[in-house]
This record gives sequence, C-alpha cells and structure tokens, in this order.
Amino acid sequence: MSLTTDDVTKVAQLARLAMSEQEIATAQSQLNAIFGLIAEMQAVDTTGIAPMSHAQDVVQRLREDVVTETNQRDAFQAIAPQVEQGLFLVPKVIE
Amino acid sequence: MFESSLKQLGNALAARQISSVELTQLYLDRIAKLNPQLNAYITLNPELSLAQAKAADERLAAGNATALTGIPIAQKDIFCAKGWLTTCGSKMLHNFVSPYDAHVISQFNNAGAINLGKTNMDEFAMGSSNETSHYGAVRNPWDTQRVPGGSSGGTAAAVAARLCAAATGTDTGGSIRQPAALCGISGLKPTYGVCSRYGMIAFASSLDQAGPMGRSAEDLALMMNVMAGFDERDSTSLPRETENYARDLGKPLAGLRIGLPKEFFAEGLGGDVAQAVEAAIAEYQKLGATVVEISLPNTRLSIPVYYVLAPAEASSNLSRFDGVRYGYRAPEYSDLADMYEKSRAQGFGAEVKRRIMIGTYVLSHGYYDAYYIQAQKIRRLIAQDFDEAFKQCDVIMGPTSPSTAFKLGEKGDDPVQMYLSDIYTIAVNLAGLPGMSIPCGFGANNMPVGLQIIGNYFDEARMLNVAHQYQLATDWHSRAPQGL
Repeated sequence: MSLTTDDVTKVAQLARLAMSEQEIATAQSQLNAIFGLIAEMQAVDTTGIAPMSHAQDVVQRLREDVVTETNQRDAFQAIAPQVEQGLFLVPKVIE
Repeated sequence: MFESSLKQLGNALAARQISSVELTQLYLDRIAKLNPQLNAYITLNPELSLAQAKAADERLAAGNATALTGIPIAQKDIFCAKGWLTTCGSKMLHNFVSPYDAHVISQFNNAGAINLGKTNMDEFAMGSSNETSHYGAVRNPWDTQRVPGGSSGGTAAAVAARLCAAATGTDTGGSIRQPAALCGISGLKPTYGVCSRYGMIAFASSLDQAGPMGRSAEDLALMMNVMAGFDERDSTSLPRETENYARDLGKPLAGLRIGLPKEFFAEGLGGDVAQAVEAAIAEYQKLGATVVEISLPNTRLSIPVYYVLAPAEASSNLSRFDGVRYGYRAPEYSDLADMYEKSRAQGFGAEVKRRIMIGTYVLSHGYYDAYYIQAQKIRRLIAQDFDEAFKQCDVIMGPTSPSTAFKLGEKGDDPVQMYLSDIYTIAVNLAGLPGMSIPCGFGANNMPVGLQIIGNYFDEARMLNVAHQYQLATDWHSRAPQGL
C-alpha cells in the first residue's frame, strides 16, 4: 500500500492542518515509511479474536443526574483567544 | 541535602533541621545555576513554590504533616496546575495558564508537597528523545551532547541532576521508563487505571498512565502513596482499596521467579546494554531469585499495533485544539475553516502533525477495520502473551531500551528509527501492565543502562520490593552525573 499525494492532501484536510505542497510531499514519504512498518500487522490471523479497547474489562460508571460543575465562565474565558460579552468569538460562519 | 532520600528529607523537615522554605530555595538556586545547561524545566514560578513552602512549614509546625509535606517535587508539564503555565511542550499551549488542577496535582497539594516547577517534555508526549519540545531539547546530565530520552525527558534530567527531590512523569509507550533508563534514575509506570488521568493532557487515552520518577524505589513508593487512588472524574480510574506501596520493600527475594523473555535478548539489543542487564540478573540470583526463560511471541507486533492505536486516539484527542476556547490562534485567517487549519498548522510541531495524520487516516472511512480493529485484536494477543508468561514467573525482566542515550539530532530525521527504539516498553502499555526501570550499570561512553521490571496487574508493591532489594545490594541508583 502506498499513499498518493491526493490521499495525503485529503488526510490533511480531514485533520484540519494547512500544509504546503512541499509539506505534503515530505509527509507523503514519511507516512509511507511508517505504513511500511505498520503493514506487518496485516499478515496476522486474528479470526475469532475480540478487539481489546483497553486493559481492564470495566463498564462505564453511571452517576446521579445532578449538577456537579460550578459556573467558571470568567476563569475559562480569561484564557480564550477572543471573547466578547461572555461569548467566544470565531469568524462569521453564516452570511 | 541534594543526595537525601525523600524519607531523609521528611525526617529533616520534621526535626526542624531545615525549613521547607529553605529547602525549596536551595533547589531553586540550584535550578537557576544548572538549568540553562540542561533545559529540564519549561516553567518556574518561585513565588507560587515558596508560598506553598511557607504553608508547608506552618503545617509541619502544627504537627499534621504527611510523608511529603514540604518536599519540592517537579511536575511534568502535561499536568494542569492551577495558576501555572501548562504547555505540554507545545506552542499550541504557549499561553495556557491552567484554571484548574489535575487530580495528581491536587493529591500532591493535599499532601503538602511543593510544586517546584514544570518539566520539559516531548510535544504532547510524542517522542522518545525530548527533541520534539517547542521549548527546545533537554540535555542528558551525564553527557549534554546526548538526549535524556522521552517523553518525560525533562523530569528524568531534573531528577538525575538533583534539580528536584523527585518528580512525575507519564507513560503511553515508555515515556517514564525509557528516559529513566537513559538518565540513570528509577521510574514506575503503574497498572493502567491506578493514577487518575483527570487534568493530564490526553495523548492516547487507553494507554496514558501517570507515575513517579525518582532516585530510588523507596522514593517511588512514597510518591505512589500520594499519586494512586480512585477518582470519579476519570472514567477509567479503578476503584480499589488504598494501598501502602512501601509495605513490602523489606521482604527478602528468596524464591522470586524472574521470567526472561527471549525476544528481549535477541537481535537489535546493544551488547553493552545486554551485558549490564545480564549482570543485574546475576545479582538477583545471588539474592535468591531463580530465572526461567519465557516467550512473548508477539513482541515485534507491538510497534505496528502501537503506531496505529496511539495516533488514532491522539488524532481524536487533539481535535480539541482549534484556536477557539484556549491556546494558540493564528494571527491571520480568512474564515472559520482557515482559522482551524492555520492555528493547528502553526501551533503543532512536525511529530504531532505526523501522528495526527496517521491517526486520521487509520480512522477514516474504509480503513477502520483494516487498521484500528486489526490493531485492537492483536493488542489482545499481546496481552495474552503476558498472561501466559505470568503463569511461570512473578516478574519479567529485560532491558528498558535497546541502547544507551544517543546523540542529539542522531535520529531526528527518521521517525521509523525512533519508533523502533520503543520495542521493549510499548507492549506493557498495550497490555495495561505495570512496568518500571531502575539503573543497573553503564554502557558505551559511560552512559547509564536501565533494567526493566514488568509485573502482573496491581503488583506495584512487589515490583518496588524487587527493585529496592537490588538497590540495597548495589549502588548504581546513587551514582550522580559529574561535571555539571
């Protein structure tokens, strides 16, 4: 398997990473080297093996449906890139 | 004072031979002198540290101190600490002053320990050399032309250079054990779920685990008593009885069965590392242990499995860094999508972007089963290898890293070479087992070698016992780098 320039461009878009043509080319060769390493995995027969998502077979805990978080808007917005009147500002998305 | 164990420091503080303010200032002065050579710390905040020390002195005077009250502990910059710049080694968080404490941080605060500073690390914990930090590479105190390992490289260098009494690290694929080995210190990655991940900036959530790094197993035990424990804010935190991790330190090792995986002593292992590790095994036999050869047949597959699962989880976790609520935002952009793409492109370094792209690809439509699910299935096979092995032995031993510390820049351009150096550590994360590294001698160029000890689930107290008994019989752990 080998990733094409188009594949890498698509992945960069999905990952929301702006990349120049030069960066795409570098990424392409590095990703192909890494997928060369990963390819070894494909030959393994895993018929009947259940996927393991993490080490301890625990189930999601449930809690009472009550408010547990206090309002810390000022503290959180103090470190935001751009806020106005208690709102996080982003570029206009709807014309 | 800089060679004292945590227990000795605790005794000195209790006996009022030194105050916490004095001790903290001694460390701050030493950091001011030596850190420019090592770059082990990203952030120091003497005002906050000394305020904690003053409070600790009051607590000591009032007679309600804990084992760590007043002792200066460094924190890996992956842990959010209220009022502290918390960068995770990234430009993305260059201005992130955390509004809250990680669980591990609040545990140390409750114990009255002093946060001495935030240690340097590979960006978002992605790296094995500490060269991916936005804040510059850390240098190995044993040879400043060499790397300290990673990702907890700043912590390892700080402990080795006596720039803190002990410190925290995190380990997703070896990030506590490998830098501990390369810097000649002790480090423990606990069983997955023992230390809370709350407020620890996420890399690969099913593998990330916090743990202590220090100069001896005894120090690690005292650190574990503070760090471990159930936390409802971490969905994979395990509810367990409180343990005293120092309880078994004094037990003799007679009858201990050590498993040696033949795959860990095969091609790829440096001769100098093999020699030091074999000498350590011989020392264990003198202490009454017996040795059995075991097999972990899927060891080789742990690298491809890890480099699918960890980037997949990372690509998802790091999607939160979008320049909207916190962290870096690009100065110029045309619209919302452009703001995301430029903020992320400028805020993340090359290795982080590479892993985000691997993860995005393996999770994308049409490839999920072939990569992610296949990797999770092999992950189970790897865990089963350990289950089988532990039927024949109590602990597994081998090298932590195939070589001693390499030179800065030596592997910088070749991610695959860097990934291959994780061969002995990552299977432990995939299985969720506890693993540690302790110093066991010196290899080529007089650089430290680490012995890895892998235990069964929740066997940390026994592993600390196994390490401590070795450290009573040898003095590798008390060697300090000269010439700083």
